[in-house]
Amino acid sequence: MTDSWRQPRRLLLLALGALTVFFLMAPTLVVVPMSITASNALTFPPEGFSIRWYEKMLTDPQWSNGFVHSAQVASLTAVLATVLGTLAALGTVRGRFPGKSAVNALVLSPLIVPVIIIAIGMFSLFVRYKITGSILGLVLAHTALAVPFVVINVATSLRTIDRNLELAAMNLGADPLRTFRRVTLPLILPGVLAGGLFAFITSWDEVVVSIFLTSARFRTLPVEMWEQVRQVVDPTVAAVATTLLAVTTSLLLLVLVVRRQAPAR
Amino acid sequence: MSGRSRPWGAVPDRPALALRNLSKRFGDVPAVDGVDLEVRQGEFITLLGPSGSGKTTTLRMIAGFTLQSGGTIEIDGVDMGHVPPYRRDVGMVFQNYALFPHMTAAENIAFPLQMRRVGRPEIRRRVADALALVKLEGLGERYPRQLSGGQQQRIAFARAVVFNPRLLLMDEPLGALDKKLREALQLEVMHISRQLGATVVYVTHDQDEALVMSDRIAIFSKGRIEQLGTGEDLYDRPASLFVADFIGESNILRGRFEPAGDGGWLVRGPWRWQVGAAAAARASLGGGAAAALVVRPERLRIVGADDTGAGPAVVVNAVEATVRDVLYLGSMRKFELVLPDGTAAVVRQQRGGGAHERRPGDQVRLTWAVDDGVLVADPHG
Repeated sequence: MTDSWRQPRRLLLLALGALTVFFLMAPTLVVVPMSITASNALTFPPEGFSIRWYEKMLTDPQWSNGFVHSAQVASLTAVLATVLGTLAALGTVRGRFPGKSAVNALVLSPLIVPVIIIAIGMFSLFVRYKITGSILGLVLAHTALAVPFVVINVATSLRTIDRNLELAAMNLGADPLRTFRRVTLPLILPGVLAGGLFAFITSWDEVVVSIFLTSARFRTLPVEMWEQVRQVVDPTVAAVATTLLAVTTSLLLLVLVVRRQAPAR
Repeated sequence: MSGRSRPWGAVPDRPALALRNLSKRFGDVPAVDGVDLEVRQGEFITLLGPSGSGKTTTLRMIAGFTLQSGGTIEIDGVDMGHVPPYRRDVGMVFQNYALFPHMTAAENIAFPLQMRRVGRPEIRRRVADALALVKLEGLGERYPRQLSGGQQQRIAFARAVVFNPRLLLMDEPLGALDKKLREALQLEVMHISRQLGATVVYVTHDQDEALVMSDRIAIFSKGRIEQLGTGEDLYDRPASLFVADFIGESNILRGRFEPAGDGGWLVRGPWRWQVGAAAAARASLGGGAAAALVVRPERLRIVGADDTGAGPAVVVNAVEATVRDVLYLGSMRKFELVLPDGTAAVVRQQRGGGAHERRPGDQVRLTWAVDDGVLVADPHG
């Protein structure tokens, strides 16, 4: 009886949900069909079918170098941010020292401070040390942006593990280092890995800071896209965008899988 | 174990554990306030007290998890007060087991041996022995989440004894288990500890558990040891009203103490009860001091209201009372009574003892031998 009027309401809800998802996803997903167009212009809907833009992406040295640089920077950033972020999380969760909340706020500040301000600040600082346009400068800058993601993930893991487990390890004869290696680290590993993947993604699609810190000889993929779109609008950009999207999406799915591997209790 | 092949309790002349004037303050609040305790080699000692009495804090200081504010901790004659927990060589069983969830039962038990760099074949042998000791052979490959609560606690116990620690500390290890399992494990823990000759410091708030398992019991209250003794000492000769009230059931008659000869009298309104010489000597109270006479429920006899109750041989005290409730507890019968001034009283009698049937509302007299009354100071009097 009540179903007769519930049915249309449910349909309305479904339609609204679908519309929301469409608005969120469409601008992102529109590049996928655009990347397989046969025409020379960046158009939607695509005309014909061709994978030549993917071929061009892989063979054109400007694009392929961009890939290599992005992968290098993102990998190094992920490693550095994971190590630093894990240590920072240990310190702020387990440590007891004056000014702890101030340190915590400072570590997380790159999340709040507008990226353009960070970019300008880093640029003026790095110019002085002549590390603009180098992999070193970019990795340092991206690490600062990525550390908060690692800290948040690892701190959450740390708070869920039973403090008595670490006390038990020490009681059984493990010094602090071995307690960390044998007990704490295995238990927070899902959080550490998730943090590392977020760090990789942060660097992988970062564009604002990268525009300031790259040079014509050393460009990452998003910067290369930015430059190309401003000059020639050629569907290779869509192919590159699709590839970036695929990598980021797979990594995010991987984060979900890793988080499922939470410690038993 | 190459460096140290000391079996448990090999140094009987030295106390296994000596706490001297141990204290711990959290801010301005004293959690432990001057505890002195010597534990003999191979002794099973229980720290018993209500929550917040300082027993767990004391245990954590012995383990090295909490740094004492003052006093010393000696283990096997060595000052351990500032030695980190991983060098104290003390085993601990936690209330929530604290088994490593990412290791199997056997890996958990092997952990302390690996930390001591014991060789692989010996680790394998000793883990198998430890599993056999707690009767869990064949479950070594299971993860903690695949074991029941009782099994997890046995693994935790095996892990804490497998490296022959100088001391075994247990922090309410059976608190999370149901009553039947708890009682079975009490006996098992006690027997295995004896078998190993382990020196055990056990923390609980369950007095029955303390009475069943311990050689001696330290009653904690407000950060201090209120009384230290065997279960019998504490039950038959409580040194304070707190202990009398905390251990077992008590009838407490409050009044003023009047010395007379070797013993004396406890006076309250119209009543005078005699205090034995031994009880008076133990309490050593001055004349007029606020005091209480403690009589255990099974030491009281119920007689008719007109019966003076005087047996020929023993001197007895008496007080009138009204029966309020009669409870049948299997082999025992428990009477709940009330004195004319409103004080509650309780009497336990073995059934079939030929006692008269009493019903709620009956007027009776309660009598007890003078030597069954224990005199303690009454801090609230």
